[in-house]
Amino acid sequence: MKKKLLAAIMAAAMVVSLTACGSAPAQEAAAPAEEAAPAEEEAAPAEEAAPAEEEAPAAEEAAPAESTGETIKVGIINNDPNESGYRTANDKDLQAMFTAENGYEASFAYSNKNDEQIAAAQKFIQDGVDYLLLSAADTAGWDSVLKDAQDAGIRVILFDRTIDADESLYEASIVSDMAKEGETAVTWLKGQGLEEYNIIHLQGVMGSAAQQGRTGALDAAVASDGWNLVTQQTAEWNAEKAQQIVQSVIDSGASFNVIYAENDDMAKGAVAALDKANIPHGVGKDVIVMGFDCNKWALEELLAQNWNYDGQCNPFQASYIDEIIKTIQSGGTVAEKTIIMDEKGFDATEITQEDVDKYGI
Amino acid sequence: MKSKETNKSNVSEFFSKIVRRQVFIPIAALLLLAIFNLVTDPSFYKITFGYNSAGNPVLSGNLMTILDSGSELAILAIGMTLVTAATGGQDISVGAAIAISGSVILRVLCGTDSRPETLQAPIIVAFLVACVVAMLFGAFNGVLVAYFKIQPMVATLILFTAGRSIAAWINNNELPIINEPSFGYFGGFIPGIPIPTPFFIAVICMVIIALVLRFTNLGLYTQAVGINESSSRLNGLNPAFIKFLTFVILGLCVAVAGLIKVSRFSTINYSVIAKDIEMDAILAVALGGNALSGGKFSMSASILGAYVIQFLMTTLYKFNVKSDALPAYKAVVVIVLVVLSAPIVREWLSSMWKKIKPEGQGKEVA
Repeated sequence: MKKKLLAAIMAAAMVVSLTACGSAPAQEAAAPAEEAAPAEEEAAPAEEAAPAEEEAPAAEEAAPAESTGETIKVGIINNDPNESGYRTANDKDLQAMFTAENGYEASFAYSNKNDEQIAAAQKFIQDGVDYLLLSAADTAGWDSVLKDAQDAGIRVILFDRTIDADESLYEASIVSDMAKEGETAVTWLKGQGLEEYNIIHLQGVMGSAAQQGRTGALDAAVASDGWNLVTQQTAEWNAEKAQQIVQSVIDSGASFNVIYAENDDMAKGAVAALDKANIPHGVGKDVIVMGFDCNKWALEELLAQNWNYDGQCNPFQASYIDEIIKTIQSGGTVAEKTIIMDEKGFDATEITQEDVDKYGI
Repeated sequence: MKSKETNKSNVSEFFSKIVRRQVFIPIAALLLLAIFNLVTDPSFYKITFGYNSAGNPVLSGNLMTILDSGSELAILAIGMTLVTAATGGQDISVGAAIAISGSVILRVLCGTDSRPETLQAPIIVAFLVACVVAMLFGAFNGVLVAYFKIQPMVATLILFTAGRSIAAWINNNELPIINEPSFGYFGGFIPGIPIPTPFFIAVICMVIIALVLRFTNLGLYTQAVGINESSSRLNGLNPAFIKFLTFVILGLCVAVAGLIKVSRFSTINYSVIAKDIEMDAILAVALGGNALSGGKFSMSASILGAYVIQFLMTTLYKFNVKSDALPAYKAVVVIVLVVLSAPIVREWLSSMWKKIKPEGQGKEVA
């Protein structure tokens, strides 16, 4: 909350300093504006460099932005940060990156609804942002608004989610490869060399990208390696439903030795059912527990060796976006349209406290 | 039905009386599910006694799961029945309100630190604060419905939309985790008692509401308001206040359900906690044979309806229904149950019963 407030105040301060640019007398209290004050009368570019003074390279790269005559204005459209721990971490990361100190003037818009997001995009286009950063709620319906952006000379960068639109409409798309996450996890599971694999598979909300990617990898391994799926059910990302499903398997007396949960919450629910039935789980125990998303508490379970594996779904896209913007600002071109982020898989036997602090969301 | 001639008419009379009783529908549904499970796999009913990883005795089995997991729904069904009876509408914000009250409990217990070593306040205090907050939100809905005459579904849509964000905001968007084991008792087991605590909590709620309905005029008044608002006003009741009151009572039910929910895992997930529970609660009321347009109600039928829904879910999990097909199965069963509970079908059933009575072939009605 404090960070958000700070960001908002900083953004407001920037706006004040910019409007002051037009009217000659300047008596701003805001720090960035003061730094810029001497140059204010003459030229805008100087002011632009001012906030970046602390960071020498950024100042150089900011130079080509002269044409806009301002700091880099970005409009960020994201999903609601309350949606999940992933989204909260994602939003915090963006808030921390696109600050006045880093030479940005950022405006944020949040919605889980596509039409509201499109409306926000139109507003940002009218406001004349330099970059539009977009995590679309839905894949469809973005063509015309992105064309408007292109006509207005606004560069679009997609993060986290792709859209069904022509590639020429955006500069780059920074995404997680859910199928790869699944493959990393399944490869790890193969590496465990169990005599037989009897798996309880807890799926996310059916049809979501994360569910499809993570299910696909496991299904492929089940088909090729002759693994046995004791049950394959959707718990809809819900710990309680996961607990009920695992409980039902335990009650039926079927034996199993792997729990493959497509997120941490469901793994937690499964573990609650195991604990209730006094079934040992974790490193070197009867049942292997696997989760995804790398919540901090989940990584701590790994550290305590109660769980065996946690796959990352990287929410930290801001540095990638920053790099792309800097490349474009310095006149370079982005080599690849689709950038897939590095994503790790953590093994309980190797994880360290630093990993927990660094990658936990 | 190998009874003698004289008994036959008694039996059939008994049956047609039962068919017309409201509680018949959830009981029939329950029997249907129970018989289905008995025929396909009797091991469904197996209850085992064991010890959990903490060394405490627990009973487990599908029936225990039903009693355990159906409890929040049963508690909500109590409040939802009253709201339905008085206003002829439903509160669709209960899931979001559970998120809020759960969030409040955790906030009070954790203070400013989201991972406290020790509890910052006694659990009872946290629970009472949550009760007050949930009743305030209930009152908010109640005021909109009772005094501003907004349709219940529209009025509660506000909280339905905003509730989970409010819940997240209460805890600064953090996910508090409580390490104190005693907090887990409410959604788990009290050491030494092998029956899940949520069931006890539900029973306490049922006893309280039974006493309230028995010794106060709440039941009579809500039905009067639901059946005919203006005539109840002419008879000296204050319909707006009664409606308002039902929403506040639902708020209290929400706080209790919220305590159980957050206690289950000693944490909260704002976006999925009690997701879609409002629909299940409304369904429980409908399954109980209560008219969703208000008026007369049967509390026990609603509560039974809630456990029927959980019975159905547990059955579906037991039979390992394919994930993509799960909602379809649920929908089919719900359609059957709701059609069965329609007054027109019940009339037809009891007339059918009368027709086959002379032949004396007592087939099961449902």
